[in-house]
Amino acid sequence: MTVAIIGIGCTSFNSVTAEVSFKEQMFEAAVKAYADAGVNAREDIGSFLTAAEDYWEGYSIFDEFVPDQLGAVLRSVCTIGGDGLLALANGTMQIETGLFDVVAIEAHSKASDMLTFDGILTHALDPVYNRAFNVHPYFIAGLEMQRYLHETKTTREQCAAVVVKNKRNAMDNPLAAFPADMTVDEVINSTMVSHPLTQRDISPLADGMIVIVLASEKKAKELSDHPIWIKGLGWCSDTPWLEARDWGAAGYTNLARDRAYKRADIKNPRKEFDFAEVDDYFSYKELQHLEALQLCEPGKAGKLAEAGEFNRDGAFPVNVSGGRLGAGNLLEGSALQSVLECVYQLRGHAGKRQIKNAKTALAQSWRGVPTASGCVAVLSNEN
Amino acid sequence: MSKDMKELPGTPVSGKELKSDKIITFEWRPNAKYAWSAGIAYGRYLDELKEGRIIGRRCSRCKRIIVPPRMFCEQCFVATDEWVYCKDTGTVNTFSLSYLDADANRIKEPILVAVIDIDGASPGVGILHLLGNVDPKKIDVGMKVKAVWKPPEEREGAVTDILYWEPMED
Ligand SMILES: [Zn+2]
Repeated sequence: MTVAIIGIGCTSFNSVTAEVSFKEQMFEAAVKAYADAGVNAREDIGSFLTAAEDYWEGYSIFDEFVPDQLGAVLRSVCTIGGDGLLALANGTMQIETGLFDVVAIEAHSKASDMLTFDGILTHALDPVYNRAFNVHPYFIAGLEMQRYLHETKTTREQCAAVVVKNKRNAMDNPLAAFPADMTVDEVINSTMVSHPLTQRDISPLADGMIVIVLASEKKAKELSDHPIWIKGLGWCSDTPWLEARDWGAAGYTNLARDRAYKRADIKNPRKEFDFAEVDDYFSYKELQHLEALQLCEPGKAGKLAEAGEFNRDGAFPVNVSGGRLGAGNLLEGSALQSVLECVYQLRGHAGKRQIKNAKTALAQSWRGVPTASGCVAVLSNEN
Repeated sequence: MSKDMKELPGTPVSGKELKSDKIITFEWRPNAKYAWSAGIAYGRYLDELKEGRIIGRRCSRCKRIIVPPRMFCEQCFVATDEWVYCKDTGTVNTFSLSYLDADANRIKEPILVAVIDIDGASPGVGILHLLGNVDPKKIDVGMKVKAVWKPPEEREGAVTDILYWEPMED
């Protein structure tokens, strides 16, 4: 693959950002990303992509509200109805067509603008079969967690260990919205939401904007002292049927993983990756995803998490950024938050949380309930 | 219908049939509510409207004065850097007489919609608003207009603090 990340920019992540509009926040992230990449938005960037979902924004045809604050007026612009990694994949492909040599991608959350997140999420369920029961849509996570625990003999305590780890990791991430020093007991004994899922098993929503600049190999070498190469990409969707999906495992990850690993020539993921940023919308999701990504034996992620294997100083660090649980659930933006952390780490710019000699990283996303869609990206500081 | 086609193909369904139980449909009203942060630009603009003033922002690169204000210039992609008061007079850039309301109800008296280039802002920069106190037949592009404000005690920091724009007397 011949595309690199040459610029990153973001706002900090916060539970509420009442003082600024989403446009003003997006402008901040874009200015930082373009400065980081050393590009002039109006002269150097050929195409702009955002990942957005109209219902999160509360605007029909949200695409139209994007150009101004990205420097994209009278330029090629499109919106991807998916998470940030899907925008990254599409941006990469646009460069690979040869049409553009510099492309900007954006993903974000302004979740605090939503008064009825729960109602909007219910609106994502099948209107005939799944909406009639007047139950909060997180029941889907409850069903999934139940089956996963049943099949793998993973315990609630092991899931809680993920929450403890990620919130603690977030304490060294100055961008993070929800750093905390929490105990397994506090997670287990927090308010029950949809058994076995508790309040603390759920990543809290946050606002935040992320812009990333991609470039062709030639342009990346010209512009950047530390390009991060996109070595492999994949994405996949399982059936949306709640009545006939794989409840015990994250099946949508499999094809995305295979495509990304094949392209990047990854044969032994556990040995070849130095760390991973994976989706942790709910505590058990991190475990499911680690298993689907073949970073451990199926059904063993919980035990390993409990033993500290995935801690920052463990054998295989996972979600050093804090993930959604610690940095905040940025909706479609969280996928790019994972990429952001990979770039900081692979550049050696991660400060206190730097993983030594990190060369190759994995970023993985899931769009959250009720979806069964996700992406995988392999990133490296070596071309 | 084209000249080769005498009848539409398919089985016609009347509105009455659609509402009967012959055809299965399902209805749903989403609970989707929002309260958007106004932010810096919208916020100041609305505050100023409450005081009976129209404010814009200047871009020091292209020198444009932009109304309604934004914190960045979409043409230059730089932060705008100065608040500038504009007049509450302007020129009709374009207009339309709408015979449908927001719910697509037919209305007898048209709603007079216009983009008004604001005096003091750059040419071609203006606000979307309504015209009033005018014979629709006499409205034209280039007409000079002036804001008619709500009384101060009734203003609430909304674009409707201006009731409408009426023709200026020569
Ligand atoms: Zn300008």
